[in-house]
Amino acid sequence: MSEHSEHEHHIVSPKTYLAILTALLAGTALTIAASYVDMGPLNPIIALAIACTKAVLVILFFMHVKYSTKLTKLTVGAGVFTFLILVGMTLADYFTRAWGRW
Amino acid sequence: MSDSTVITYDAQAGEEHEHPSYQRHHFETIGQQNDATNFAMWLFLLTEIMFFGGLFTAYLIYRNWYYPAFVAASHQLDIFWGGLNTLLLITSSFTMAMGVWSAEMRKQGALVLCLTLTFVLGLGFLGIKTIEYREKFEKHHVPGLHYSVQSFTNPASDPEIEREYRDKPLPPDMATHTELYFFLYFAMTGMHALHMIIGICILGFMIVRARAGAYTGGHLAFVENFGLYWHFVDIVWIFLFPLLYLISRHQ
Amino acid sequence: MSETIVSLPDQETASIPKMNYLSKENGLLSWLLTSDHKRIAILYLISISFFFFIGGSLAALIRLELLTPQSDLMATDTYNKVFSMHGIVMVFFFLVPSVPATLGNFFLPMMLGAKDLALPKVNLLSWYLYMVAGVLALYSMAAGGVDTGWTFTTPLSTHYVNTHVITTGMAIFVAGFSSIFTGLNFIVTIHKMRAPGMTWFRMPLFIWAHYAASILMVLGTPVLAIALVLVVLERTVGIGVFDPAKGGDPLLFQHLFWFYSHPAVYIMILPGMGVISEVISTFSRKRVFGYTAVAFSSVAIAVFGFFVWAHHMFIMGISSYSVLVFSLLTMLVAVPSAIKIFNWAFTLYKGSITFETPMLYAFGFMGLFTIGGMTGVFLGTSGTDIHLTETYFIVAHFHFVMVGGMLMAFLAGLHFWWPKMTGRMYPEKISQLAALITFIGFNFTFFPQFILGTLGMPRRYASYPAEFQVLNVLSTAGASILGVGYLLPVFYLLWSLKYGAIAGENPWQATGLEWQTQSPPLTENFTEIPVMDHEAYDYEWLERQKEKEVPSVG
Repeated sequence: MSEHSEHEHHIVSPKTYLAILTALLAGTALTIAASYVDMGPLNPIIALAIACTKAVLVILFFMHVKYSTKLTKLTVGAGVFTFLILVGMTLADYFTRAWGRW
Repeated sequence: MSDSTVITYDAQAGEEHEHPSYQRHHFETIGQQNDATNFAMWLFLLTEIMFFGGLFTAYLIYRNWYYPAFVAASHQLDIFWGGLNTLLLITSSFTMAMGVWSAEMRKQGALVLCLTLTFVLGLGFLGIKTIEYREKFEKHHVPGLHYSVQSFTNPASDPEIEREYRDKPLPPDMATHTELYFFLYFAMTGMHALHMIIGICILGFMIVRARAGAYTGGHLAFVENFGLYWHFVDIVWIFLFPLLYLISRHQ
Repeated sequence: MSETIVSLPDQETASIPKMNYLSKENGLLSWLLTSDHKRIAILYLISISFFFFIGGSLAALIRLELLTPQSDLMATDTYNKVFSMHGIVMVFFFLVPSVPATLGNFFLPMMLGAKDLALPKVNLLSWYLYMVAGVLALYSMAAGGVDTGWTFTTPLSTHYVNTHVITTGMAIFVAGFSSIFTGLNFIVTIHKMRAPGMTWFRMPLFIWAHYAASILMVLGTPVLAIALVLVVLERTVGIGVFDPAKGGDPLLFQHLFWFYSHPAVYIMILPGMGVISEVISTFSRKRVFGYTAVAFSSVAIAVFGFFVWAHHMFIMGISSYSVLVFSLLTMLVAVPSAIKIFNWAFTLYKGSITFETPMLYAFGFMGLFTIGGMTGVFLGTSGTDIHLTETYFIVAHFHFVMVGGMLMAFLAGLHFWWPKMTGRMYPEKISQLAALITFIGFNFTFFPQFILGTLGMPRRYASYPAEFQVLNVLSTAGASILGVGYLLPVFYLLWSLKYGAIAGENPWQATGLEWQTQSPPLTENFTEIPVMDHEAYDYEWLERQKEKEVPSVG
């Protein structure tokens, strides 16, 4: 039993790539437009949400993660998780400083 | 563990030692080699996530602390150039993905075209960055190089800002914090640009090799793995663009 | 103590196999351009030993200075440089690469049944990066060194000192990438190059330990890299990121620095724990008790190790709520380490224990690491940490875990696998003596420091109140004994290369694929890829194997 390459011969079609490109360009236009509208605290949230969606599309389709092994998916997850720990726990310190002492 | 499959192979076949010339001797099959190098590239990208992570942490802290300074400073960035750069980079990701597809379909001409387009788009991105950086240099917005807060304490002196945003003048100590914004701008986009330069150099190498047919004979691991790197660089910019350029463009 | 499991071939007829990884090619270039993981391991062994003795000399200078309460041997600025360079050299140029780059590089592929690591050329690159970093660090030392402590705390390092922060910072940056590439290589190899039948739960626990440490290397070290880049930028350009005058926060550096440096201590200790698993099993002739628990606890240490870094910052100005959360999480991370100690103890229970040198070091590890680890819990409790931090209690704590723990584990591993790497046995009596001397010297050196710490002696000071002198003299006396204990192996190990007894394939009668090959091994490790058909630490399987002949070439 010989294991083949991880990409198990699933070749993503140019049509899919084109669709993703369109979505990414649309997202870019959307995020630019959104920055001109005052939505108060929602502005950064929407901007990040759009950016995350675009990133997920690139990861899943351009980087083939949707068609990759569980190991690849786990690896991406581990990276994102550790990144969030760094950012989250550091920011938690900064945000809670304003709460003063007990 | 999720990856519980064990690489098995026929010891007899190993004895005969028939393997492609590009298979290294410590691997038993070319499949194992491709799996390993692909996984290695992903692990390398993990290190890149964490490397940029430090900068993103710094950005989030200081944006939270000095929001008015960050807003005012971000107005110094031109949405036109930033948006155009985003378009260029996203398209280059598309052409890179198409390049991998071409290699998979063994279409040499298409591969060379896609790699060249990616190369050119990447160069275009860097060219625009040069334009932007030069503007910052001219306006004394480079930290450590005679940094000037004049545009922020007295926005009327900066005609473009005045016209578009009508920013209020910042108090002097908040204005000094714009230097932190620009440090982050240069550090993050600079680090990103460095990765682009390295990528473009490798692309140049790949175009030469592709024209010699190196990747369209079934051995496209290099192109695939480089593609991962290129897409990662794109993802970093996908986040940099809104964080640096689009903090707040409304009045 | 006269009982031993050592089983050597008949010395009259035995000889080193003619074909092995050492004899395969000759000449300097064949070493400098090698892609053989075993040769790279030896290159690393020589390099880290060199840096160990540099760090050790700096330690000797520290202890000499501290013989007297005044700062009389050297100026206080010089003393600051000495302890800073001692820390930097020991942490980045000795402890971090010690077991992984030497024993890990040598034995990871062999234990998995592979011919080499996944990326042999990247492995060589790792060593070159380490050497470049080493040269940079040596240059920095010669030019005057840094005096910020190995922790480069801002704003001292960015705004207040005139020493070689940038050069040293860059040296560590490069060394960091050496570490990253080693870890990356290990992870790929473990996932993708296991021999047929080698499932995850049949791997030696040494591999699990290196897997966990490699995850930390890959995910943690880049954050140190960016922290150092920011320090360099702050010093050169003056970007303001850590400068309060420009609105920056010096504490941000500490967050980024410790985000790596806490996992770094697990990078340092986990491979050592892997060694201890192998040694304790072999010298009690028993499979490791609770294999699964030990394997998973290694990974748990790696994961939890990422959640506790701010316990190095309790008094630095982080929020009270952060202090609470990080203190609680620190309690959690102690649990997996303790699980290992319990499992090793239960492995010993009802085992056939013999006291060869590796086992002596392993016993030393178990006792000293336990003490060091427990004192870590005292420090993780923020209430007590406030009093003990920045005192000699901290110094004692980390020396107990790093020297009493990690260095002992390294020596255990070095002695355990020396016959496999060289084909020779070292002289047993003198090596047991050295182990004993090390243990005695260590306790005299570092136990008084716990007391000094609780009495209030601060760390990183060249002078101290006169009432602390007695304990300091005791500590220095212990250090001189310790030095003898560390020097002895240099002599007898080198001696053994020419005059040691021929070891044969499996002098310890250990399980593990590396022991089923000749000593020293062939360049390609195996003549044919082995098939793993038994569990790890299966001593019955070993009995059945002894009936068959183990082939060696030449």
